[in-house]
Amino acid sequence: MKKPMKPFWWGLFGAGGAISALFIPALLFLNGLAIPLGWIEAPHYEALLALVKHPLTRLFIFALISLSLFHWAHRFRYTLYDGLQLKHLNELVAVLCYGSAMVVTLVAGYTLWRI
Amino acid sequence: MTQNPHYTKHHPKWYRTGMPIFWWMHKWVHMKFILRELTSVAVAFYAVVLLFQVRALSQGPEAYASFLAWLKTPIAIVLHAIAFLFVIFHSVSWFNLSPRALVVRIGKKRIPDAVIAASNYLAWVVFSAAMVWIMLTS
Repeated sequence: MKKPMKPFWWGLFGAGGAISALFIPALLFLNGLAIPLGWIEAPHYEALLALVKHPLTRLFIFALISLSLFHWAHRFRYTLYDGLQLKHLNELVAVLCYGSAMVVTLVAGYTLWRI
Repeated sequence: MTQNPHYTKHHPKWYRTGMPIFWWMHKWVHMKFILRELTSVAVAFYAVVLLFQVRALSQGPEAYASFLAWLKTPIAIVLHAIAFLFVIFHSVSWFNLSPRALVVRIGKKRIPDAVIAASNYLAWVVFSAAMVWIMLTS
């Protein structure tokens, strides 16, 4: 990775860290634990679809998914670098991390556009 | 000058002591650092799960019902429970560190760290409550 890209990736890392810290715990708790375990009732399909179809919700979900993945890409890249001492694979790791974040961003954009 | 001599860079061989792969296992602070960095894996996991949920939602009621059925499997519950602990750790460590990255000044006065951290926590509570409310009313 060229030097001038560093602030760019850090900016995405920071934005993703903030948005995921604010929203993911509640979303994960509701969708992944409270509803499947029957603590609260699952929203009806039509109601949820209408909610997700709203342009603002789509934009929010897109930003949340994409920025969270760029947050992961940046942090995980340096975890492998420092933690597992994979310094010789630095370039490959960077391409794989940021690349998979970009692929998921495209898939999320397509899915939310078509819904 | 037509000749273009081919230079190779001189690489001195530095003395380096090898760093063991699991250097962070020996001290709790180092372990905590690695665990904090690994919270990003839980964040990515949930982002991908959310994408699958939206995709199932877009494919119709049957696809969505089978997605909900997957969420009820023991493996999904365990994965979400572990991920939940990690994302809580992510939020808390993020909010506690944010005053160091975000220096806000009003005039010449610097806003104290505690105020910035507290406003983060307040935003967290408000947004979380809003999402619970949306989920319960829809």
